[in-house]
Amino acid sequence: MLILTCPCCGVTAEETEFHAGGEAHLKRFGPGSDNADFENYLFMRENPKGVHFERWRHNNGCGKWFYAARCTMTLEVFGTYLAQTYEPPADLCAKISAKRPGWSWGRFS
Amino acid sequence: MSNLVTALNGASDANGIATITEVPLQGMITLRGDLSKAAIKTAATTAAGVDMPGQSQANMNGASGITWMSTDELLILCPYGDVAANLATMTKALAKTHALAVDVSDARASFTVSGPNARDVMAKLVPVDLAKGSFEPGMFRRTRMAQVAAAFWMTDADTFQIVCFRSVADYVFEVLKIAAQPGSEVDFL
Repeated sequence: MLILTCPCCGVTAEETEFHAGGEAHLKRFGPGSDNADFENYLFMRENPKGVHFERWRHNNGCGKWFYAARCTMTLEVFGTYLAQTYEPPADLCAKISAKRPGWSWGRFS
Repeated sequence: MSNLVTALNGASDANGIATITEVPLQGMITLRGDLSKAAIKTAATTAAGVDMPGQSQANMNGASGITWMSTDELLILCPYGDVAANLATMTKALAKTHALAVDVSDARASFTVSGPNARDVMAKLVPVDLAKGSFEPGMFRRTRMAQVAAAFWMTDADTFQIVCFRSVADYVFEVLKIAAQPGSEVDFL
């Protein structure tokens, strides 16, 4: 079971108070984009064994969306951060690097 | 004039290890907006007659008070009969602010769980650390209660007050009664 801390309201709770919202940091390709980009955006997802970034919503609490970095293998949660960003914060990446040297995920590493 | 009743018409149960009582008609106003704005703070504190609560806190004074629901939402409690007047004052005061104030009194149900075993009863239903010292009067928590969303705070050392949606009032009352079955003390907290 995951223990997540909502970066919006500061509450730390187990996962049943939250709701998973799929992969984080997707870049949308809408009308006017080419087929390959649209296919990538719509269907292609990371499926890592190890470091993973996800969207979560504090649906039984403050109701806000946020991002979480966790390990799919050990269920360790590296950290959570606000959704108003295009990439994980540098300090969180450094923390993950210390625990999982050489990790990479999508365009981040 | 219609006859105003609460969701369960004042149901109560004292057969278990804690007393569960439905709170009489309680005025509730949801206020959403940027909580750092002075106009919003003033509107909330004027209506409730208490200071602004901090994050995850509730400031209560009898049937009036302010609870911190999220970074942009407050739940203001006031006597049921004062809601219309308070709402009119708030709407006027917030006319030039991006904000929303709505009367939700009849969309919510509220219960108290009281007695020395109240912590036990609540801890069976919510995924929250309710140990003494971790959750105390003055704190406020929105979470789930068994299968439905609920929010609660402590009015004193032995009493919790719960707010849930009116549509699930019967479920919450029944699930509280089950958690408070006679002989089901946990005595851990």
